[in-house]
Amino acid sequence: MSLLEVQAVSKAFGGIQALSSCTIAVEQGAISGLIGPNGSGKTTLFNVITGYEKVDVGTVLFHGRSITNSTPDRVFSLGIGRTFQLTRIFPRLTVLENMHIAARRERIKELFSRWSSTHEQRQALELLEFVNLLSHKETPAGNLSYGQKKLLEFALILVAKPQVILLDEPAGGVNPTMINELANHIRTLNQQQGITFLVVEHNMEFVMGLCHTVNVMHRGAKIAEGPPDHVRANPEVLEAYLGA
Amino acid sequence: MKTVQLSRLLRPIALLTLVVFVGIFPVVIAPNDTFNTIAVFTLIGAIAVVGWNIFSGYSGYISLGHSVFYGIGAYTFGLASVDWHIPGGWEPFLLLPLAGLVAGIVALPLGWISLRTRRHTFIVISIAWVFIFQLLAYNMRGFTGGSNGVFMPLTPWIAPYVDLPFYYVAFAVLIVAVFVSWWIRHSKYGLGLLAIRDDEDRALGLGVKAGPFKLSAYVISAVFVGMAGAIYVYYIGSVYPEIGFNPVVDLTMAIMGFLGGMGTVAGPLVGALLVTPFQQWLDLQFGGQGVNLMIYGALFLMILLLLPRGIVPSLQERWRTWRVGHQTKLADRIRATNQEKPAVMAERRGEG
Repeated sequence: MSLLEVQAVSKAFGGIQALSSCTIAVEQGAISGLIGPNGSGKTTLFNVITGYEKVDVGTVLFHGRSITNSTPDRVFSLGIGRTFQLTRIFPRLTVLENMHIAARRERIKELFSRWSSTHEQRQALELLEFVNLLSHKETPAGNLSYGQKKLLEFALILVAKPQVILLDEPAGGVNPTMINELANHIRTLNQQQGITFLVVEHNMEFVMGLCHTVNVMHRGAKIAEGPPDHVRANPEVLEAYLGA
Repeated sequence: MKTVQLSRLLRPIALLTLVVFVGIFPVVIAPNDTFNTIAVFTLIGAIAVVGWNIFSGYSGYISLGHSVFYGIGAYTFGLASVDWHIPGGWEPFLLLPLAGLVAGIVALPLGWISLRTRRHTFIVISIAWVFIFQLLAYNMRGFTGGSNGVFMPLTPWIAPYVDLPFYYVAFAVLIVAVFVSWWIRHSKYGLGLLAIRDDEDRALGLGVKAGPFKLSAYVISAVFVGMAGAIYVYYIGSVYPEIGFNPVVDLTMAIMGFLGGMGTVAGPLVGALLVTPFQQWLDLQFGGQGVNLMIYGALFLMILLLLPRGIVPSLQERWRTWRVGHQTKLADRIRATNQEKPAVMAERRGEG
């Protein structure tokens, strides 16, 4: 049984079929890539998994249990975190405050406790150090550079210790040094904490170097799957990209 | 190190000074009817805007319809004291929690409906509530007294002590309101509200239950606005539809909030302190022809144009940049003197 399974999911926006009977499985402990031309349905697939869009048909399974059409907060509390293509942090809150939003607040008592307990504070600072943002902890997050915002968005999901992280174009618009840094962070988290990753990315070097398996989408469905080298040689994939 | 300790002490000391100052103001500093009247209005305005800020300031949903709760609090207070034949004096003040509670209960369905919308749509719907309730108050004559309204019990206090009970009761309620606001601002709940203000969908995706968060903040803020309305109408002696469900009250809360700084604990207080006396003066000078309202609208636009973030956040920002600049300057000076020292020593040796 795969950790996360999307089974024959379809989703249309008006006349546009964003996903048509799309099936994808993500194995526990893997770093999976998700590539495809623009408009092939990658982000829609993320939205469907994380509860931001409702499916028309099909099921989404997590640990074998259906999470189809759950709300985003429920999906997150089950252990699936995500980042957005256009980075979404909380611009008017400080970096440190941003790091506390994903903290657990399930019981009423927790809600009315101080926004940052000693334990949470320590964890937040450790994570900020991990992504090299410690010196910016008092800065309003909106003042960070684009790359730093990406790192912050990445770090703030880690607070809740998710089992799976869906990254939507983590390397887009980020300088090469930072891309390497990000790849290292992902590898470290994957190896040391066993976090599973599903990564949408257009930077092929990044995807091929990082991912164990790569899924290729085209026109709302998966057309290929396998280790990076296999996928690269697949004629269907080349056709999808080159539009022959 | 010393500066850190000092700045840590500064806050409680300033707070204590402020509380003592407000506490003795009407008796020692300005034992004068006009001043005291303005002071009572200022405190009532402060309660309302501190309450309003708990919802609109923290969650970013601008409600221009909280005067509904002002009116509900006012009518609850008036009707209860009349129906239960409560004599004027201190006793009616015991109805304040009831006024707040009823306002909070009414807020539940109103919030449940209007919080399905966001941004501009929410603002428009919030304004609609005011007129719906004003019409209800006019037309449910048997219950609300229609346009005649409800008369509050007469107070037995005589000059020069007429205003003092209202002043101190309002002050006490204000302290509770500020405490609740401060507590929320520093809790996980408050951080969730601020996250909703910045990016609601993102917050939802990080486990913040946006729906219950917004609705509960709406209800809590309604409670305080309701109590403010109750004190207000007891003070002025009667409530009728235009006074209870008054769009000007909404505009006033928004002006105070925007001027002082939304989403901060101190901002609404600063706003109330600046706006209410000015408003009283305007009413006295230009009240007759409604010119005061025109000036009022213009003021609101000017604040939005010139000070969109409000006084308190702007000052905080300036303080932060000053501190950072000061620290770098200090560090530079230390570095400079350290470099200077060997040169000075050498010079001295040369002279010697």
